[in-house]
Amino acid sequence: MAVEAKVDPMHQFAIEPLFGSNGWAIAGHNIAFTNSSLWMGIATLVLIVFVYGGLKREVVPGRWQMAVESFTGFIDNMLATNVGPGGKKYVPYIFSLFMFILFANFIGLVPFGLVGIHPFTFTSHFTATGVLSVMSFAIVLIVGFAKHKLHFFSLFIPHGTPVAMIPPIFVVELISFLVRPFSLGLRLFVAMMAGHVLLEVLASFVISGGNAGPLLFVVAGVPSFVLMVGICALEILVAGIQAYVFALLTCVYLNDAENLH
Amino acid sequence: MDAEAAKLLGAGLAAIGAGLASIGVGNVFAKFLEGALRNPGAADSQQGRLFIGFAGAELLGLLAFVIAALLIFK
Repeated sequence: MAVEAKVDPMHQFAIEPLFGSNGWAIAGHNIAFTNSSLWMGIATLVLIVFVYGGLKREVVPGRWQMAVESFTGFIDNMLATNVGPGGKKYVPYIFSLFMFILFANFIGLVPFGLVGIHPFTFTSHFTATGVLSVMSFAIVLIVGFAKHKLHFFSLFIPHGTPVAMIPPIFVVELISFLVRPFSLGLRLFVAMMAGHVLLEVLASFVISGGNAGPLLFVVAGVPSFVLMVGICALEILVAGIQAYVFALLTCVYLNDAENLH
Repeated sequence: MDAEAAKLLGAGLAAIGAGLASIGVGNVFAKFLEGALRNPGAADSQQGRLFIGFAGAELLGLLAFVIAALLIFK
């Protein structure tokens, strides 16, 4: 029996400080530069390079400019259909949000591990996605209260609600409104984490199946490997869909703030 | 049954929720395709609603995963 190394599927999510773990502190909390921050920086850098390459403003766009413009057009269209003409001013925010999450998800999936660099998917942490969703929620609150003042609370009472039903409907709508930042951040974080755990578990089947002998390798290892390739394709789809859903739901919430019901 | 075993059993039972959510996600896309094939002209404009429905159905399955993770790691 071969010596089996225990594969810990949660190890890939461990946050390790790279430097600044001693001395760097705000209000008693350590703010070391971690691998999470590093990959956030890399995602931002790749995003800046990608967008900067498309800023040539040629009349006949090249391939790169076309790629960037199709993304901005996509976000512009999403806001126009979901929020209407008032949504134009949110294009920069939604574009940054969508592209940042998209690049983070994709960079986390790239097998840099083959050359010894371990990519860290920071969108698989609720702290990162939670901050993004709280940011969206804060914009909704600020815009809603600035634009409609206290009339914003009419968001919680749909048109034509019978008077007797107003108190229960108000409570239900209020809860569903307050849950939004959690569900928004939770969805992205769990989808990314579950996918990466699944990939790691299947990979451990392949490795320990191969170590256990030729029979188990054929019975368990090879099918796991085939499944893993399929799941990888699914993960690429999920990475795109989750970024899209995050941006789309932010648009829908902004629509509430901008136009009420 | 000790508490640790009960926790792991609960985590396993939470996987049922993930399976049920898959029915929900399948329903969302099946109904969309059904409608889209009947009226392809209106399909593109409804894609946003498709993904809102998908997100709602998916979230409830992901909550099952969160519960399982909480049971195992907490």
